[in-house]
Amino acid sequence: MLAFIARRLASALPTAFIALVLVFFIARILPGDPALAILGDSASEAALVALREKLGLGRPVWEQFIAYMGDVLRFDLGVSMVSGRPVSEDILHALPYTLELTASAILFGIVAGVPIGIASALQRNGPADYVSRAVSLVGLSFPPFFLGICLLLLFAIVIPVFPVISVHEGGSLRGRLMALALPALTLGIIFMAFVARSTRAAMLEVIPEIFVRTARAKGISEWRVLLRHMLRNALLPIITVVGLYFGILMGNSVVTEIVFTRPGLGKMIVAALNSRDYVTLQGLTVVYCLIVIGVNLVTDILYGLADPRVKLA
Amino acid sequence: MSVAQRLRLRVFPRLPKALLLGGLTFLLVCALAAALPAFSPFDPAEQDLMQRLEPPSAGHWFGTDNFGRDVFSRVLWGTRLSLLIGLGATLAGLVAGGALGIWAGFKGGWADAAVMRLIDVLLSFPSFILCLLIVAVVGPGVPILIFAIGVSLVPKFARVARSSAMAIGGREYIDACRTMGASDLRIMVRHVYPNVAGELLVLASLWTANAILIEASLSFLGLGIRPPAPTLGGMMLEGLNVLHEAPWLTLMPGAAIFVFVLMLNVIGDRMRDAVDPRLRDV
Repeated sequence: MLAFIARRLASALPTAFIALVLVFFIARILPGDPALAILGDSASEAALVALREKLGLGRPVWEQFIAYMGDVLRFDLGVSMVSGRPVSEDILHALPYTLELTASAILFGIVAGVPIGIASALQRNGPADYVSRAVSLVGLSFPPFFLGICLLLLFAIVIPVFPVISVHEGGSLRGRLMALALPALTLGIIFMAFVARSTRAAMLEVIPEIFVRTARAKGISEWRVLLRHMLRNALLPIITVVGLYFGILMGNSVVTEIVFTRPGLGKMIVAALNSRDYVTLQGLTVVYCLIVIGVNLVTDILYGLADPRVKLA
Repeated sequence: MSVAQRLRLRVFPRLPKALLLGGLTFLLVCALAAALPAFSPFDPAEQDLMQRLEPPSAGHWFGTDNFGRDVFSRVLWGTRLSLLIGLGATLAGLVAGGALGIWAGFKGGWADAAVMRLIDVLLSFPSFILCLLIVAVVGPGVPILIFAIGVSLVPKFARVARSSAMAIGGREYIDACRTMGASDLRIMVRHVYPNVAGELLVLASLWTANAILIEASLSFLGLGIRPPAPTLGGMMLEGLNVLHEAPWLTLMPGAAIFVFVLMLNVIGDRMRDAVDPRLRDV
């Protein structure tokens, strides 16, 4: 198992490296002089020259690149052009908000989506199947921010159960959870739609298999057949889809954070875009990439756990 | 066969009937969306400051916005803009990703390794973040949005095209073509592409829906086409400030996106079922 994890890690590293190279060059082709952007139009020529020197803009590109890679490895992402604080500090402050949001959305999506998908496949073309397929099609078609606004209108304004603004700094656990509920539900419902669809498709492929018939013939309980023989084999495509839609989930988290004014990475990236804070933008892109590459890695490893055949390949 | 007929068969090879039917419905929905502005009762940019934030009525079906503009007319125009960007981006992703994938899967070796690496890297940027960055670097505009969303769709098409092309590359009839002296390009265009086309078209119909969602999200963040152009996401952003007083400003454009995307998803689903008989519902 350890050797398998090491192999997966080794194949993720070049991808991470190329992604970092890409971020570096995108930042270099951005229009404008970074020193001028940081200091503003009224800066003196001497100050501009000094800052360019400090940022290393005069050095050859490859030297700048090595310095940049070194900084990224030490998680030094530069200093924000707007707030003047280190970008890594700002990111560490925002990261928990995004992580708790996406993690609870994934949890909700799996806990609700897998049973729905199974029920749908078992009663293929029955009423339960039609209802669950309609629900997942609807979930799939909702723009995340529209779903968020609808939930907000319904549960915070019409029936005031949850708070409208979900910023919660150092509040009680209850307050934090209440604030998390609506945004997590927004992302979770959409994720549930993806999970339910792929679970249904995966289960439909397993149901006619001979080993399922054999298991039944052996006389094991129907629940055991379902969990140990069908779901176990359907797990692989489900994991794939969960991994694949994580990227979409990350994108959806941006608009969700805006609707619910959560101080996460998404709100940070939109603020950085609006104020043209390229240093923060570059740092955030690096972090987003590393998160996605990390999740892909975890998906790969889960693959190996779910299906021992993958490890040998 | 006439030249036009041959060309049609070249681009749209013989496809299952259900798939063609789905494709036609898809085109019909698109044509309908493109024609929507013809039904708009008002000029979407016409301001009437005496009639600001009017609730929905017989005169203004979806009410009026902060500048007294007719929301219904703006929704119709915005839907067409969404369609234009969504279709354009999907087409760009389909052509670029499909070509890359077929080439990589058919050639194998270094070409395959290079394209796979590119796909991995593109996939490690969440597609929405990638669009945000491109729009931030180049600035907003219809062609830029089509390019940005198209780029984020490239890996999705490339992966599917590659795996299908790999499977087809090993078939005997491909060997037979080679023995007859056909060039790689000819084999890819005349023999590999027609076998991949069905799957790519299904994928395209499903990703068009997603491309429209991405465009709506971008304009909701104020990063899409700039106002006063009527974009559905942008209208919702404007409405958010007065959500309490005038919820229709946000709900109507949102419902328009939802209905439009839902229609595309239903059609895409039908087409997928037609191609993948294992999942077909009787």
